[in-house]
Amino acid sequence: MFGTLTLNAFLHGPIETVAQLSVLFGVLAVVGLLTYYQRWGWLYKHWLTTTDHKKIGVMYIALSFVMLARGAVDAFMMRAQQVLAVGDGAGYLSPDHYAQVFTAHGVIMIFFVAMPFMFGLINCIVPLQIGARDVAYPFLNSMSFWLTVAGAALINLSLVVGEFAATGWLAYPPLSELYFSPGVGVDYYIWALQIAGVGTLLSGINFLVTILKMRVPGMSLMKMPIFVWTALGSMLLVIFAFPILTATLALLSLDRTLGLHFFTTDLGGSAMMYVNLIWAWGHPEVYILILPAFGAFSEIVPTFSQKRLFGYTSMVVATMSIVVLSFVVWVHHFFTMGASANVNAFFGIMTMVIAIPTGVKVFNWLFTMFRGRIIFATPMLWFMGFLTTFILGGMTGVLMSIPGIDFQLHNSLFLVAHFHNMVIGGVLFGFFAGFVYWFPKIFGFMLNERLGVYAFWSWIVGFLLAFIPLYALGLMGMTRRLSEVGVEFQPLLVVAAVGACVIGLGMLFQFLQLVVSIRDRKKNPAGNNPWNGTHLEWTTTSPPPASPLNENTSGGLLIAAGALVFGFALVWHIWWLATLGVVGIVALLIVRSFETHHA
Amino acid sequence: MMYLLGAFAVLQPQGSVALAERGLLVSATLLMFIVAVPVLSLLFFFAWRYRAGNTKAKYLPNWQHGKLEELVWWAIPFEIVLILGALTWTSTHQLDPRLPLPGGAPLVVQVVALDWKWLFIYPTEQVATVNELAVPVGRPVRFEVTADAPMNSFWIPQLGGQIYAMTGMVNILNLVADKPGTFAGMSANYSGAGFAQMKFVAKALSPEDFDAWVQRVKESPLVLDHHTYVPLAAPSAAGPAVYYGTAENSLYNTIVTKFTGPQAPAHAH
Repeated sequence: MFGTLTLNAFLHGPIETVAQLSVLFGVLAVVGLLTYYQRWGWLYKHWLTTTDHKKIGVMYIALSFVMLARGAVDAFMMRAQQVLAVGDGAGYLSPDHYAQVFTAHGVIMIFFVAMPFMFGLINCIVPLQIGARDVAYPFLNSMSFWLTVAGAALINLSLVVGEFAATGWLAYPPLSELYFSPGVGVDYYIWALQIAGVGTLLSGINFLVTILKMRVPGMSLMKMPIFVWTALGSMLLVIFAFPILTATLALLSLDRTLGLHFFTTDLGGSAMMYVNLIWAWGHPEVYILILPAFGAFSEIVPTFSQKRLFGYTSMVVATMSIVVLSFVVWVHHFFTMGASANVNAFFGIMTMVIAIPTGVKVFNWLFTMFRGRIIFATPMLWFMGFLTTFILGGMTGVLMSIPGIDFQLHNSLFLVAHFHNMVIGGVLFGFFAGFVYWFPKIFGFMLNERLGVYAFWSWIVGFLLAFIPLYALGLMGMTRRLSEVGVEFQPLLVVAAVGACVIGLGMLFQFLQLVVSIRDRKKNPAGNNPWNGTHLEWTTTSPPPASPLNENTSGGLLIAAGALVFGFALVWHIWWLATLGVVGIVALLIVRSFETHHA
Repeated sequence: MMYLLGAFAVLQPQGSVALAERGLLVSATLLMFIVAVPVLSLLFFFAWRYRAGNTKAKYLPNWQHGKLEELVWWAIPFEIVLILGALTWTSTHQLDPRLPLPGGAPLVVQVVALDWKWLFIYPTEQVATVNELAVPVGRPVRFEVTADAPMNSFWIPQLGGQIYAMTGMVNILNLVADKPGTFAGMSANYSGAGFAQMKFVAKALSPEDFDAWVQRVKESPLVLDHHTYVPLAAPSAAGPAVYYGTAENSLYNTIVTKFTGPQAPAHAH
């Protein structure tokens, strides 16, 4: 009846129980508040069933913030474990639980923080910047969002029922195969990413069509704002890269569910094929995230330098060369797998070549500031923080693109420091900057500047404290993913833990900033153009008028609910429920196709 | 400071391969400083010089394009990448892990990553050890690395870079120790619950001490063959160093090929 699901799936140790209870209390608190304030109808009508791109964008960002809190708790748990589990100490987490925590941290931060944050900003801003009434396919947009939510829900469900993958965020086989990971953790991983991945791919198509077909008359491609260009590049990457992820995870799930041998150790399976495929998606994924961050900075730097963007054409050329080049560097993630010197050297050099267009972007931003009149509002502070850390991360990245150096730094904390340098200092700072910059447009009031400044300084100081020690630890020969560490590493790990706390303080300031700004919203109206921006989004009202294409439809929500049921059923091998989920999704799609009233 | 923090293993090489890799690390870093230092200085200089409060600075709000300037932006990183690219091409071939090192016939050590320990088989000496590796100073060592476990990575930072240990195949890593000493060895790729304990001691001994060490291992009554291998390969962590006085010659090939043979049973542990 319930497949492999038994009562044991709910029973774990005390730490897991705390996690279970916090998920339950979180859900109960939201349900309770909505009921108490009688907001269910409002929530359903104005948010859950909307197809308005701005509201979907806001919901994406809300999802991202909720999951950021979850991913940050995972990060604090890891830092605490590595401070406590020194020498003879075993820490407070079992090795398996520790592995689930670092796996969940990576998966959540990339797929359910960075990705929804990016889609949130693109949803809010791209249609406004190209003067479109909404996206090309508003219903699809709603469905994509809800599929992302379903994926996130499945991951959080694994906290309550069963376990999560203990394999690392890319679930390399053979460790992720049934033989070494017999539990349901990897299945949760697979189906959470598959469901969210479909949403991502559909969004990619949606925005590609929107950007190509729905620009206002007169806006040729070479007149689009750079943020739109970077969104276009990012969506092209989504469309080409995400099918690889979907296929790879499908093969892994066939291995695990039907006993096939694509990536197993025996009967001709090859784990190396998986490693190649997952990075053929994984490297473009990095650029999917960072291109829109570059785009946000290309809007912010000219606005706050009170000057035109320098070198528009070379910005476009640089963006599109990064799109192409990001598909020919994936082997640099595993120089140590034993490829020949020719192969490694080729991929190393291609990786460095990406530094050329990236360097051009940096110079163009610098010379946008040159002979400007720079106002250091929070978006500009985030830019300064970004460029400082990004140069460091870029340098360490180029170092590791040289195979002879990578042999010594790969899989060490040096690598961990490098990619956090790029993903926090690059991607996240870019999205924070975009969030602060465009917030007044979307909500019609300004964010509290003082708390924003506090948040920025906490983040940058915390970031440096948390990750510079990791570079040093890598050079000391400390590998990543250790549930117990040697005493020689302890002093720097304590510094890193303090850094994580300072970052936590930054997040607290950001939360306070939202609360205080919402409280004071009447006092701080934004007006149409609070920053003197020059692009189309600043010519409309703040908040912009509701989308004329908006329709209220529960279709996307229900289809995603079907996908969640389907995913959960497959995790636990409850075949009748999986069938029900698929039948439900198909039925909803058929019903939808007969609706003729939509805009 | 150094005492407090322990050794910077990657920066304190004890073998020619690790030394060359550190040299590469240093020269690539210095090369990148040529761009990074001016860019960072310009960032903070421009931020200070063109702050809104400084009305004395020149203000050109519509200056947005300069052919020469943009040519320079493309040229500077291009030049650096050209130099780094040449460095990458030559160094990648020089430091190819499978390239034999100078210094005579290498000592062959067959390395098997197990759940969660390292098995070292010395085919010529016909002995084997677990979680303890010894090599003679000055003589090149040819590691033949495989796994009977999830993917691991075989790494002795002070002797040189790592290589993946994978089932059904052999990766070659040539290293040499230039000075006697005891170095940390480990797995660098996450392989499951016992990963944190998957460490070994790498001893670089003078040729005489190495011969004495081999003799000591040979005195062990333990025999490594197809039968004793089975309990050894079963998952266990944090085990002590073990010496096998006798090691069956064909065992390593059996471990490598057992996953690929047509009649191989599923996961023949």
